[in-house]
Amino acid sequence: MIELTINGTRRRIEGDPAEPLLYVLRDNLRLHAAKFGCGLGQCGSCTVLVDGKPVQSCITPMAALAGREVMTVEGLGSANSPGSVQQAFIDEQAAQCGYCIPGMIARAEALLRADPRPSEAAMRAAMRPSLCRCGTHMRILRAVRRAAVAMGGGIVDPAEPVS
Amino acid sequence: MSGIARRDVLGGGGLVVLFALAGTGIAQEGGTSGGGEGTGAPPEVAPGLPGSLAEFPHLDAWIRIAPDGAATVFTGKAELGQGIGTALLQIAADELDLPLERVKLITADTGRTPDEGITSGSQSLQNSGTAIANAAANVRYLLAERAARLFGVAVDTLSTVNGFVRARDGRQASYGELAASLSLHVEARPDVRRKRVAARDHIGRDRPRRDIPPKLTGAAAYVHDMTMPGMLHARVIRGPAEGTRLTAPDFDAIARLPGIERVVRVGDFAAMLGPREWPLVQAMLAVGRMPWTRSEAPLPQGDLRDMIRALSTEPDVILMRDTVTLPSVRRVTARYDRPYLMHGAIGPSCAVALWQDGELTVWTHSQGVYPLRNALAELLDLPPERIRCIHREGAGCYGHNGADDVATDAALAARAVPGRPVKLMWTREQEHGWEPLGPAMVTELSAGVDANGRIAEWTHAVWSNTHSTRPSQAGDLLAGLEVGRGFAPSPPRAIPQPNGGGDRNAIPLYTLPRATITSMFVPQMPVRVSALRGLGAHMNVFAIESMIDELAAVAKSDPVEFRLRHLEDPRAIEVIRTLADRFGWARPKRERWRGQGFGFARYKNSGAYCAVAIEVRIEPETGATTVLRADAAVDAGETVSPDGLRNQIEGGIVQSISWTAHEEVRFDAARRTAFDWSSYPILRFDAVPLQMAVHVVDRPGQPFLGAGEASQGPAAAAFANAIARATGQRLRSMPLTAERVRLALAAR
Amino acid sequence: MALALVAVLAIFALWARAPTIAAIERPDPASFDRSEVVRGAALARIGNCASCHSVAGGRVYAGGTPIETPFGTIFGSNITPDPETGIGAWSYEAFARSMREGVGRDGSHLYPAFPYDRLRHTSDADLRALYAFLMTRDAVRAEPPANALIPPLGWRPVLAGWKLLALPRTGPQAPQPQLGALWERGRYLGEGLAHCASCHSPRGLLQQEVREQAYAGGWSDGWYAPPLDASSPAVREWTAERLYAYLRTGLSTAHAAAAGPMGPVTHNLARAPERDVRALATYYAWTMREARAARSEPVLPDRGAVAARAHPAGAALFRGACAACHEPGAPMMVAGRPDLRLGSPLHQDNPRDTVQIILQGLEPPVEPNGPYMPAYADTLTDTQIAAVTAYMRARWGSGPEWGDLEKAVADARAESGE
Ligand code: FES
Ligand code: FES
Repeated sequence: MIELTINGTRRRIEGDPAEPLLYVLRDNLRLHAAKFGCGLGQCGSCTVLVDGKPVQSCITPMAALAGREVMTVEGLGSANSPGSVQQAFIDEQAAQCGYCIPGMIARAEALLRADPRPSEAAMRAAMRPSLCRCGTHMRILRAVRRAAVAMGGGIVDPAEPVS
Repeated sequence: MSGIARRDVLGGGGLVVLFALAGTGIAQEGGTSGGGEGTGAPPEVAPGLPGSLAEFPHLDAWIRIAPDGAATVFTGKAELGQGIGTALLQIAADELDLPLERVKLITADTGRTPDEGITSGSQSLQNSGTAIANAAANVRYLLAERAARLFGVAVDTLSTVNGFVRARDGRQASYGELAASLSLHVEARPDVRRKRVAARDHIGRDRPRRDIPPKLTGAAAYVHDMTMPGMLHARVIRGPAEGTRLTAPDFDAIARLPGIERVVRVGDFAAMLGPREWPLVQAMLAVGRMPWTRSEAPLPQGDLRDMIRALSTEPDVILMRDTVTLPSVRRVTARYDRPYLMHGAIGPSCAVALWQDGELTVWTHSQGVYPLRNALAELLDLPPERIRCIHREGAGCYGHNGADDVATDAALAARAVPGRPVKLMWTREQEHGWEPLGPAMVTELSAGVDANGRIAEWTHAVWSNTHSTRPSQAGDLLAGLEVGRGFAPSPPRAIPQPNGGGDRNAIPLYTLPRATITSMFVPQMPVRVSALRGLGAHMNVFAIESMIDELAAVAKSDPVEFRLRHLEDPRAIEVIRTLADRFGWARPKRERWRGQGFGFARYKNSGAYCAVAIEVRIEPETGATTVLRADAAVDAGETVSPDGLRNQIEGGIVQSISWTAHEEVRFDAARRTAFDWSSYPILRFDAVPLQMAVHVVDRPGQPFLGAGEASQGPAAAAFANAIARATGQRLRSMPLTAERVRLALAAR
Repeated sequence: MALALVAVLAIFALWARAPTIAAIERPDPASFDRSEVVRGAALARIGNCASCHSVAGGRVYAGGTPIETPFGTIFGSNITPDPETGIGAWSYEAFARSMREGVGRDGSHLYPAFPYDRLRHTSDADLRALYAFLMTRDAVRAEPPANALIPPLGWRPVLAGWKLLALPRTGPQAPQPQLGALWERGRYLGEGLAHCASCHSPRGLLQQEVREQAYAGGWSDGWYAPPLDASSPAVREWTAERLYAYLRTGLSTAHAAAAGPMGPVTHNLARAPERDVRALATYYAWTMREARAARSEPVLPDRGAVAARAHPAGAALFRGACAACHEPGAPMMVAGRPDLRLGSPLHQDNPRDTVQIILQGLEPPVEPNGPYMPAYADTLTDTQIAAVTAYMRARWGSGPEWGDLEKAVADARAESGE
């Protein structure tokens, strides 16, 4: 049994300690934001925050999470009251199919917590582990910039103006 | 008062007057459903009606009004992430004169919506949007007619506002009450006019996409997210890639693994089922250890493009023109080609199926629920009426990927456990290993310019396999070939012009006095391929627009000026001028290793006009390309959602750069060697353009033109042309990787 | 007293200073022979010059690369022919002196992060080709950041002392015709320009390469560069063929993928002349000819059950975090990528490389479609990485258990600036 915090709630999870967090989130807890994309740590669509850092939940065993704090995109806000990063993504309409976007939001959230005024290069480097096949990248970057401004940080060298 | 401001005034819940019937029919023709990729679309029963109304003329197939006056709109098209869910609502709400929140959309569902074939070919707005717009105009008119009778006044004295029909004397009736005594099971009339452009509330305005907030906050938005009571998870058991099979699968060993409830086998088809996913994920390792072999003839070594070029063809001359002109003084002859490409959905294919009381329901992200149903009916020996295929979103698919195959896998698995829903998802390596690929293609062009710097002659031949193996029968489905019932795939066929498959967009829009354009259809298919976004347009536009630049160079002309010199279509000219202007084409920053490139096409020669300009900087030591800017201008006819259109064009450019610069499926003798994102890398954030802008040329009142695939070709060409300009080296073989640029520079 | 010290230092500085070589006009790129330039390009790849003289996303050879040393950070210099910020004003003599003696054109001493102790073995003809290559690059105006070194190392004259103590005084090596021309070429390149020993040998107190222990294994950028001599920990023989494949593609299917600082080396060698890479492979296969795997390749057992009993926490972590790629039957294995027991890291006498790969992951070294591994630095804690490392060593490795793994993880994090 593993005890951890998920979106601010303490949870005890029974089961195989090797089971990656992604399956526990989706199958046990019905938290569907994190998506299965590859199960190999290559695409980032399963990204969540663990202790504030971006982590691919498909390769994060429950055993690694005892006592740690998991935050999924559900924990950042809801459709009715979205969190700042979610709101920025909505404002920029930064999604096509949207499948990769929760992972992008988690990664952006982690970036802005660590670096509220990221440079353009830092932003692209931070987002690099996450893949998007629809080509929504430009909007995702706009949304990250917008969120940086909205969250009181800012942008250092806007390659594109915040629209 | 400007047009926009006027629309704003009227948009604020103002009255919209009704017009007497128009004397003429409605512009916008119906089209081949799905850009020709579909099979056996339903017959046109009312050819005078626009869009898909021609096949389904009854209004209640498209629109129903509830007693509370809210409307439900039905489309046979699917939301694939292209945003049509919201765009179609905008159209319906506008033409019905209802607030957006009071309209709801039902998408592709064989139990509820019209059969609009495949959602492909950038035709959703063209076909379904047009049908819905006109059906809605009809409904609004019928409601008004009903009110006219009620009030005893002439219909053209009435107006509508926000779900009410209002008379001049102030009397009004709600849509709900009017609809209660009105049958919408009537055929649409071709003479009902749509709203005046100026009176439209939603069309042409940005309305936030309805699907975005739930997708961004974790609502169960995708078929992958479905859960149902008693649901079992499943994985399919196959060899590692298309063309392989397991030689000695030990299913009993699998069945004994913890968490595996059962192994379903039908002939060589096998799937494992269990209540939770994790044990299945682990059991897949055991499957991976099973020996396998290639089941087809070994793949030839070397570049498969050369094999496609060498196989026997069924040539079809799609354009032959021979006007007497000046002779060419300079000629350019070149081969351009592209490798096999992957759709590469970020989420692997997935479906949920439920077999109950001898009926099957499948929730699928297939682009064609009706064709899938037909194929499943044959495979499962069920009458089609006993199968219902319901579209649920998946990750973006960009064409025919594993969606239909996985739906079949799920259906076969579900048949073994009646009453229990089964969710079957492919693994990442199955997606990479088994999805039908985008075909490799070869084009050979030869063209000449005359002494006046005009194109005098042009030949273009394109070698390609089919661009659609979308299922129409059981043998078109992977599992159909595994069940051991002798099903065979449909024979490969070329998609005829004007849509074209391999020859899509092979006919340039430019004025060519002498031209021969030939589709070299290659029936033999060394690897399974099917529709990938844009079909042949990506390759053909790349080739044509590269050649145009090569000709401009020998004619010593500016590439944009050279294009304009050969165009007559005013909309093409405007799109090119708009982009050249906004991009600052005429004032490039002159710097070593920096260059700008242009690309243009009208998708399918009947869809949206799109021009793309790209500026790159090259690092000569490594060949690495930085895309400094990528801008586009697009004319998609009447724009329903400008931001949605920009989103599609932006995405198309980024995806096209990924295809054109980075991607190639490689093979060994046994199979494709791409099995994950490390073996098939796609563009990442560090390589996307630094800046991008899309300029929309709106044409209110004009027919909608599909734009979902419009930027792939022009972006590919603009990229190649920019590299040529920056380096002086012309690369004609995709992918235009850093290493190829470096080698070209080193070989100078 | 203080005055005396200043005087001594001044005299020392005067003594330590080498003469300035007069600035020249940047030579006309067209004045260089084209074939010489092409040869120089190949040599620059073998020398792995770009790795220290470029930053990601910046212009190649324009410098700015931070190089971490135990004494602080040094930034790679701009070696493009920009007259002010690069080497545009350097004559060939100035260039050759820098490569051989570690002295800049202005007479100041260069830090030995620049491996002139190895580069000095390069022939005149090759140095001329390198010079021709560099002088025909684009001149890029770029001033690298100032070095950040602990005192008194910021004061360059002390380097003269370092050279006195640390620089080897060996003459040219005797030819060994019986070993063949390829071997000879491999030795020439490997011992000199390619400076393999700079990473693969231990360093002394002054960070000088310990020549007597050349190729006994060393440290580079927080990674362990395994021995290339008889003490090679490899469990599969490094034949010339396998080494060639490894250097050329970043992957030996009998061993592992190139990781850490070796990645860029293979990236460059993949683009170097084939024959030269064969030569290097021939030579280093020879230096490892007495290694244990060359005598007989050991059977490599999979002690899964034993390891899981000994390290249950590590086993669970492995199943959830690593098995999707590294367990037999995983897609990567089906595709023929080498399994973990083949790589040297689990057979080395220290856990550093295993830990670093877990922390930092792996970028494809040679081509974009190559081995990739996600970084686990944020996913797993030090304790967890220690546990999974212990489990893997027990399951597939050789040698005794590694001691104090948690500290090893913390050290590795500290050294890679985590
Ligand atoms: S699903 Fe976890 S990284 Fe792809
Ligand atoms: S929006 Fe579809 S994958 Fe990113």
